[in-house]
Amino acid sequence: MQATALMNPAMDTTMTEAADRTYMLAGERIKIAAKGLNFFYDDQQALFDNDLKIATNRVTAIIGPSGCGKSTHLRTYNRIFELYRGQRVEGEVMLDGVNILDPSSCDVLELRRKVGMIFQKPTPFPMSVFDNVAYGLKQHYRVDKGELQDRVEQALRQAALWDDVKDKLNKPGTALSGGQQQRLCIARAIAVEPEVLLMDEPTSAIDPVATARIEELVNELKERYTIVIVTHNMQQAARISDYTAFFYQGKIVEFDQTDRLFTNPANKQTEDYITGRFG
Amino acid sequence: MKPRNPQNRKLVDLSIRLLSGAAALFGIAMLTWILGTVILKGAGSINWEFFTELPAPPGLPGGGLANAILGTLYITFLAVLIGVPIGLAAGIWLAEFGKDSKLAEAVRFGSNLLMGTPSIIIGVFVFVILVATTGHFSGVAGAIALAIIMLPVVARTAEDMLVLVPSALREAALALGVPRWKATLGVVFCAAKTGLLTGTLLAIARVSGETAPLLFTALNSPYWPSTVNEPTANLTVTIYNYAMSPYDDWQALAWGASLLIAVSVLGTTVLTRTILWYRSR
Repeated sequence: MQATALMNPAMDTTMTEAADRTYMLAGERIKIAAKGLNFFYDDQQALFDNDLKIATNRVTAIIGPSGCGKSTHLRTYNRIFELYRGQRVEGEVMLDGVNILDPSSCDVLELRRKVGMIFQKPTPFPMSVFDNVAYGLKQHYRVDKGELQDRVEQALRQAALWDDVKDKLNKPGTALSGGQQQRLCIARAIAVEPEVLLMDEPTSAIDPVATARIEELVNELKERYTIVIVTHNMQQAARISDYTAFFYQGKIVEFDQTDRLFTNPANKQTEDYITGRFG
Repeated sequence: MKPRNPQNRKLVDLSIRLLSGAAALFGIAMLTWILGTVILKGAGSINWEFFTELPAPPGLPGGGLANAILGTLYITFLAVLIGVPIGLAAGIWLAEFGKDSKLAEAVRFGSNLLMGTPSIIIGVFVFVILVATTGHFSGVAGAIALAIIMLPVVARTAEDMLVLVPSALREAALALGVPRWKATLGVVFCAAKTGLLTGTLLAIARVSGETAPLLFTALNSPYWPSTVNEPTANLTVTIYNYAMSPYDDWQALAWGASLLIAVSVLGTTVLTRTILWYRSR
């Protein structure tokens, strides 16, 4: 259904519809709100005045061509950008009403517990499957051995990986298949009981079958977590997200409910991108 | 346009191939020659006494180099204990924190210089600092001299190995809310452990044949090593002393010691290669 919509985008955008859009987050609880976000790598500005609201227990997709700032925007939500040299950030990112960019009001380690992240390439640590999942957990919680085992199992079950690995918990995490490794990373992230999951093109390095499983998983996980997913794949955004933001050259061109953005985009650039005219 | 003569090209190709092949053979031949000589001359001295007894005074039959073997082992062990942790820490700093800062560049330049410094200069330096001031040669001074030689080797291999660890792994650990030092020691270090072990083994192989720095520091001794504050017997200085002596049985022991060192350095290098080979599979 989405596919047909992609090929025949509705061209007419009436005034009433445009007005409707301002109310689209009505009834949603806002988990993250970026306001006036500017980002610089040395002298080069990567993000321009980004305003974006992320709704609780929803999947928000960020789409756009390569180099448009999707990943950079995502990386402000857990301040992982601080690793990079010469970066500078302006504006605010409010998480539950607290500005996480202000070091005095936000402890970065606690922030990263609350806001987990999944990367493009699966990143299992060079240790056993069990230790991979237990690693972050032990960092944030005091747990005895029995409880640790329960929690690891729980996390692996939530990541739909338990049945695959229950007999090889002591095998190295790197020995799993690509899709399993990615689900291991998801298990590792949810083991520390986060509230938000950031996913940076989580399926671009794995095969279509494994991708389908991850998408299914995202759908289940949104009941417990708020999910922000960066993706190159527009069909994926259309399939799994509730809201979609379209980024172009560091600006948020359009943000809307996913079904409406893909069937009836308000902006010409969005329309050109989702119909494949550029990007 | 006249086409080039393919005959000429083939001739040049053949002669270059022959020349480079000959050069490679020459290198291997030298190694075989050296090893062959050491084995032929040294194998006769290797027996039970060689490993268990103190050297006999000149003229008396028998005797071994047990004290020198033990002394070399413990000077090297002490050197590893001092040099490896500092070298690893320096490597971690260069790879994880210093990166391309001015200070890191200076440290890299310094360690390259240190790597190229003739070891005799390091021996003289430690002599001035530790031997001249305390008034006696000592095993610990020898260990410190060797540790200084190991330091840049360990630091630079450690840096190279840590830089190879994908930055995604670092980010993934930090994204879990783990502090930087824990992520480095728990995850990045773990991912690079084979490489770090290799670097350490290579550094050990590098220093176990050093003579000059020990000549000025540990010196030598005909007795068992007892404390770290006295001259300590070791294989390389023993080779130097015995090979220069006029006594046939001492010269034979020097050949034996040469064989022992050659085999252990070779063994360490082969072990390193094997580890790397297993890892790359």
